[in-house]
Amino acid sequence: MAFFVFINQFLRDMRSQKLRTLLTLFGIIWGTVAVTLLLAFGEGLHNQQIKDMHGLGDRIILLWSGATSIPYQGLGKGREINFKEEDAFLLQKEIKEIGQISPEYSEGNIQIKYGKNVFTQRVTGVYPVYKDLRNMIPENRGRFINELDIKERKRVVFLGDKLKNDLFKENNALGEYILINNTPFLVVGVMIKKEQNSNYSDRDAYKAVIPATTLAVMFGRRNIDNMVIKPNVPKQNEYVINRVYEVLGKKYKFDPKDKEALLIWDTAEFDKFINLLFMGMRVFLGIIGAFTLIVGGIGVSNIMNVVIEERTREIGIKMATGAKRRYILSQFVFETLLITFIGGAIGFLISWGMTAVFPLFKLEEYVGNPVFSSSVAVIAALILGLIGFLAGFFPARRAASLNPIEALRL
Amino acid sequence: MIEMKNIKKIYTIGEMRVEALRGIDLDIKKNEFISIMGPSGSGKSTLMNLLGCLDTPTEGEYLLEGERVANLHHNRLAEIRNQKIGFVFQSFNLLPYATAFENVEIPLIFRGTASRMRKQKAEELLEKVGLKDRMNHKPTELSGGEMQRVSIARALVNDPSIILADEPTGNLDSISGGEIIEVFVDLWKQGHTIAVITHDKDIAVRTQKIVKLKDGRVVDGGSSL
Ligand SMILES: Nc1ncnc2c1ncn2[C@@H]1O[C@H](COP(=O)(O)OP(=O)(O)OP(=O)(O)O)[C@@H](O)[C@H]1O
Ligand SMILES: [Mg+2]
Repeated sequence: MAFFVFINQFLRDMRSQKLRTLLTLFGIIWGTVAVTLLLAFGEGLHNQQIKDMHGLGDRIILLWSGATSIPYQGLGKGREINFKEEDAFLLQKEIKEIGQISPEYSEGNIQIKYGKNVFTQRVTGVYPVYKDLRNMIPENRGRFINELDIKERKRVVFLGDKLKNDLFKENNALGEYILINNTPFLVVGVMIKKEQNSNYSDRDAYKAVIPATTLAVMFGRRNIDNMVIKPNVPKQNEYVINRVYEVLGKKYKFDPKDKEALLIWDTAEFDKFINLLFMGMRVFLGIIGAFTLIVGGIGVSNIMNVVIEERTREIGIKMATGAKRRYILSQFVFETLLITFIGGAIGFLISWGMTAVFPLFKLEEYVGNPVFSSSVAVIAALILGLIGFLAGFFPARRAASLNPIEALRL
Repeated sequence: MIEMKNIKKIYTIGEMRVEALRGIDLDIKKNEFISIMGPSGSGKSTLMNLLGCLDTPTEGEYLLEGERVANLHHNRLAEIRNQKIGFVFQSFNLLPYATAFENVEIPLIFRGTASRMRKQKAEELLEKVGLKDRMNHKPTELSGGEMQRVSIARALVNDPSIILADEPTGNLDSISGGEIIEVFVDLWKQGHTIAVITHDKDIAVRTQKIVKLKDGRVVDGGSSL
C-alpha cells in the first residue's frame, strides 16, 4: 500500500522537476546513441571491406607466369615461362588440396557491339568453375558458361552488369546476340551486381566472359594469361602455393625456390591485412567509445550532483516532516533506474532507427551499412546509469544520514 | 507531556566549541501555549530543534509523552517527527515545486495514508487556515503570510501532539504576522499544545507562559500570565 503511495510520489516529484529529469535523460540518451552508432558504423565499414574483397573472390590465389631469376639445371636465368591451359589440369591432378582451378585467357580492347551501341572492353575466356572462384553469379534465368560450351567451343557470352546496361539499357539481354570482334555471341547470362574493390585487369562489371576454348581458337592463343586457384581449406593457401612452385618447376625446369618464375597474388594475405587493420580500428573505436562514455558519465554525474545540492534541502524538508532514510534513498534509486531505463530505451531506439534508415541513403559502397548491436546499446546505457548512480548515491546517502536540521542548513 | 532535564547542546566547529545550551530544564503540559524568548544567540532555535527531534542533544534527558527520545533509532525518530510533531519554520521550508495542496499532503504520504483520505485531510486543513481556494498554487505564487498558513496546515495534518514554531512571524509584516498569531491562538483554544519562539512582546503576551533564555540557560522559566 505505502509502496504505491511512494512510487506515485516519486513519479510526481520527477514530473515537477522536468528540467533536471530531462537533462539527465538527455545525457544518457546522448551517450548511448554516440557509443552505439560509433561501433555500428565501425562494424559496417569492416563488413563492407570484407564484402568488397570477396567481390574479387573469397581467399583465392591468382597465378601468372614470370621469368626465372636463378640458373637451374644448366639453364640460364631470365628465361620466360608460359602457361598452357593443360597446366591447370596438371596442378589439379598433382595437388589434391586444390579445390577449384580455372585457366584464364584475357583480351583487352575488344569491340563489343549491340545494335548501334559499341563499346571497347575486355573479353575473358574461362572454365565454368570460374563462376564460383570469382563470385560471378548470374541474374534470374541466366546462367554462366558450362561444360558443354567448353567442349563445343560455343559462341556464348556472360556479361558484366555494367556492360549489359551499356549495351542493352533496361532491355532484356538474355537470348540476344551481340557482336564480339564482329562475331555473333549469344548472351546466356548477366552478372548480379557485386561489390568489388580490387581487380587485376578490369572490373568484372565491364567484362564479357566466354568459354576458354572459344577464346583460344578465336584469337589463336596458345598460352593462357593466368590461373585462378582456390584451395579446399583457406588455411592451405601457403602450402598450395609451395606445391605449385614444385609441380610447375618440375615441368618448366625452374628452381622451386625461384620466386620470380611465377607471380602470385594470395588474396587471403589481404584478408589478413584487412582483419588486422580493423582490429586496430576496433581498438581505436573502443577507446573513443570509452572516452565518450566517460565524458557522458561526467555529464550525467554533474547533473546528479547539481540535483543533489538542490535536493539536500528537499531531503531536509522531507525528513523534518517524517520521511525515513530508506524513503529518501529508494526515491533516488528509483529515479536513477527509471531515467536510465527510459534514456537507455530511447537511445536504443534512436540508434536502431538510424542504423535501419541509413541504407536508404545508398552509401553502402563507400562506408558500408552500420550494424546495430543491441548489447552495445544496453551496456552503454547501463554504464552511464551506473556512473550517474554512483555519483548521486553517496551524496544522497550522506544527506539522508544527517539530522534533518543539518540537511536543511546545507 | 514534554519533560527536559539538564539538556546540553555543544557544537564543535573545528577546534571551536560553542555551548549553545548549558543545561535546560523544561516542562510543557498538554494544551499549554508557551512562548520562548531571549536575545539572539541565546539558544532558542537550538532548543526548538531538539524539541522537534530535528537534532539530538549532546547531553541530558528528553521525554516526549513518556518516550525517552535520546538514542532512538532513526526510523522511530522519523515516525515521531511525522506523527507527534508539527514544526513551523521561520523560512517556511515548503517544497518549491509542489502546490500548497501537495505540500500539506506530504506528511500523510510518509505515514502511508491512502490517497482519498489524504485529499480529504489536506483540504480540510487548508480550509481551516483559509487557503482552500489557493490550494493549487505553488509557494512562489503565494504571499509570505499564505506560505506560513500552508506550513501550519502541513504541521497540523497528522494531528500532532505538539506544534513547534520557530519565529513563525519573523519573515512577515505585522498584519500577516498578527493573523498568524490568531491562527495559533485558535488552535490552542481547540485543544492543541503549542510552543512558539518570538522576539515580539505583543505575541508573547498572548501565550500562557513565557520561558526566557539567556546564554543557553533558562533565566525565567514560567511566569504564567
Ligand atoms: N550549526 C551550528 N554550528 C555551530 N554553532 C551553532 C550552530 N547553530 C547555532 N549555533 C550557535 O549556537 C548558539 C545558539 O544559536 P541559536 O540559533 O539557537 O540562537 P537563537 O536564540 O535561535 O538566535 P536567533 O534569535 O538569532 O535566532 C549561537 O551562538 C549560534 O552561533
Ligand atoms: Mg533562532
